[in-house]
Amino acid sequence: MFKSKFILAALALVVGLSSVSANAAEGGAAIEKQNWSFAGIFGTYDQNQLQRGFQVFREVCASCHGAHLLAFRNLMEPGGPHFSEAQVRALAAEYEVTDPTATGGVRQAVPADRWPSPFATEQDARDAMGGSLPPDLSVMAKARGVTDPFPWWITNYFTGYQEGGADYVHALLVGYHAEVPATAPEGFELPEGKYYNDYFPGHAIGMPPPLSDGGIAYVPGEDGATVPETIDQYSRDVSAFMMWLAEPHLVSRKQTGFVVLLFLVLFAGLMYGTKRKLWRGIEH
Amino acid sequence: MVWPLINQLNPDASTLALASIQYDVGPIAEGQSVTIMWRGLPVFVRHRTAAEIEEAKAVPLSDLKDPQTDEERTKPGHEQWLIMIANCTHLGCIPVGEAGDFDGWFCPCHGSHYDSAGRIRRGPAPANLVVPPYEFLSDTLVQIG
Amino acid sequence: MGAFPMSEHSTYVPGNAAEKWLDDRLPVVRFAKAHLMDFPTPKNLNYWWTFGAILVMCLGIQIVTGIILAMHYTPNTALAFDSVEHIRRNVNGGRVIQATHAVGASMFFVALYIHMFRGLFYGSYKAPREILWILGVVIFLLTTATAFMGYILPWGQMSFWGATVISNIFTAIPLVGENIKQLVLGGFAVGNPTLNRFFSLHYLLPFIIAAVVALHIWALHVPGNNNPIGVDVKESRDTVPFHPYYTMKDLFAMVLFLIPFAWFVFFAPDILGHPDNYIMANSQVTPAHIVPEWYLLPFYTILRAIDFNVLFIDSKLGGVIAMGGAMLMLLIVPWLDTSKVRSGTFRPMFKWFFALFVINFIGLMYLGAQPAEGIYTVLAKVCTAYYFIYFLVVLPVLSRIETPKPLPTSISESVLGKNAHA
Repeated sequence: MFKSKFILAALALVVGLSSVSANAAEGGAAIEKQNWSFAGIFGTYDQNQLQRGFQVFREVCASCHGAHLLAFRNLMEPGGPHFSEAQVRALAAEYEVTDPTATGGVRQAVPADRWPSPFATEQDARDAMGGSLPPDLSVMAKARGVTDPFPWWITNYFTGYQEGGADYVHALLVGYHAEVPATAPEGFELPEGKYYNDYFPGHAIGMPPPLSDGGIAYVPGEDGATVPETIDQYSRDVSAFMMWLAEPHLVSRKQTGFVVLLFLVLFAGLMYGTKRKLWRGIEH
Repeated sequence: MVWPLINQLNPDASTLALASIQYDVGPIAEGQSVTIMWRGLPVFVRHRTAAEIEEAKAVPLSDLKDPQTDEERTKPGHEQWLIMIANCTHLGCIPVGEAGDFDGWFCPCHGSHYDSAGRIRRGPAPANLVVPPYEFLSDTLVQIG
Repeated sequence: MGAFPMSEHSTYVPGNAAEKWLDDRLPVVRFAKAHLMDFPTPKNLNYWWTFGAILVMCLGIQIVTGIILAMHYTPNTALAFDSVEHIRRNVNGGRVIQATHAVGASMFFVALYIHMFRGLFYGSYKAPREILWILGVVIFLLTTATAFMGYILPWGQMSFWGATVISNIFTAIPLVGENIKQLVLGGFAVGNPTLNRFFSLHYLLPFIIAAVVALHIWALHVPGNNNPIGVDVKESRDTVPFHPYYTMKDLFAMVLFLIPFAWFVFFAPDILGHPDNYIMANSQVTPAHIVPEWYLLPFYTILRAIDFNVLFIDSKLGGVIAMGGAMLMLLIVPWLDTSKVRSGTFRPMFKWFFALFVINFIGLMYLGAQPAEGIYTVLAKVCTAYYFIYFLVVLPVLSRIETPKPLPTSISESVLGKNAHA
């Protein structure tokens, strides 16, 4: 009886606090949550999507962004884009990596090598990009997130919402405007060399809009099925790829997790039965 | 006897070697700032304009949360050089130069405004931007630390 | 002191000659049987009492996963971040091992806070268990230090800046503050010497914690366990042997505890952390909101709440004193609350203030993650004030003015009474 009063009081406080809670993203618009194939307890990556996403990454992003934690061999591992070994060997051979033991200091990459950076040093990158440094994308999907107001940040614990990074990346890629929109904050001035983006904190981003409709040619599937070549589709595909890049073991982790959780629940049930049986004779 | 065991925690020789650096301020044009590293901290080195210096000297001490004259924050004969640790005295963010309402720096983290002598004028920071120990070895060579 | 003798109840008879040989030289089996199996434990313990065993499990999990991580981690500022990613990506089972260690730290504190609040409500800190309580507070402080140092090791933005903000605390100490800070950091700012030594100490401290835990359990076994009604054990009817009754109950509770633990590890491993820690530490870029891990938030709020000067003590030093005081004050709780009644169950006024204290603590935790602006600063001061008022005013005053409910004469009587009404 006392416990329920206490719980009510706690709830009252918490509801009271929610009315003064901070809003979502810092200086950016509220980010819409997408439906990702890898969300939820049974989430998996869509292999075709990851292959398309890799194509977008390779053709667009990799000219400025590095991915130093990606190794070519990761592309042929199960649970990811899962290219064939032959494909990955051929792909790697198209790139050069530095190797002090090779003649001339460079050689063709092999699957064991890491994805080479487009720039030799950070300063080179800044010089080429007008002072801005394009961040490495290896863990970008985990380095960004969505902060939900109360009570959604609590429900997120129960749904296991971990797709905030992918939601942010997608929102950012489709969030460009040709010019400063009427909905921009009052008195907003876009600095020289920056672009207006709805979701980038502060709205002034150094990266020019990287995607354009029809910019990348998707190969139709074996059954002739085609995928739309729109900014929205490219963005979804590359965001999914970003998620895989950051969390390559997601599928096996969730699959193992399901078995572990099932076991624990059943085991807890058995243990409870044991405890009850054991204590039956004791007044307690 | 116990002291060596504790003293080993103190900054070692290689760290101390960088405790003092020499920097050539010659290339910095009037109205320009550079940020250099000293003891792992970012340091602003600004070549102030005459207008900025005058403005700083004209501020009455009663206006200041942390009263310091412009003279106390510069070296005689080298007033055009303002050298300060680039960490906001509130929680350590790096303020943005040529910003804010006092012709100095503005810290975007919690809205502290510093004037053209790096003194706190508005906002939560409790103290002026810290001036490290330095001296001019020549007109253009400064030793910090 | 309970009338029932606790230490000389060994019923162990060596089964064979080999056992007798060992027992004559190092009576480990006798000792284990006496303290882990035969030990008479009050039969009315509720599930709040299972968190001690859960904590031992958590410590074990952290040590095992930690030692494994240490085999693959590199404590150098240029390599640390990538070495943790290397563990997640390349080391066999690394993703799960690393997630277990990170989530495990949070689960450790969940259990720790529940365990401490149990102690505060049921008066487990009262005579003759004062040393038990003090050892517990020492464990809490050591665990906090361990967690703080551990969080730096991945060398992300939060790792670096959290360490920067907290090490700046030392500069609040007059005269020697800056020197102490440089001694702790091994330099003028958080850097490689800091990372290296924090790794060394992070590896060491858990074993010191384990030793203090052993003392903690020893201190417990002298008077024996407290129980929900706070009435001493009077006769053997009041107790049951620890094994199998509480070994099984504790095991069940541990399995239950592992369910949310596993949920986080496998389905939401990063939800308790901060995305900024996936950005490598950069001394030139300050994150928009520097937030410690959730379990440190209440004390962080208290630190930030003191933003005004008191006489000659400036706000920074005031904050440090308040935060330190908030933690160290726990050590003297047995002398602040002098009520003769142990358990909150029989203290009607105390119950309300305690409930408010729990809500207040959650409030302090929430406020620690908010920006220090507007209404949050006001609330932070209110909640900080109540934290101190509870210990320094409420507890002593209640000891004097409260009329407790009548206590049952014994555990057995209380249990019978409960079952009769059920």
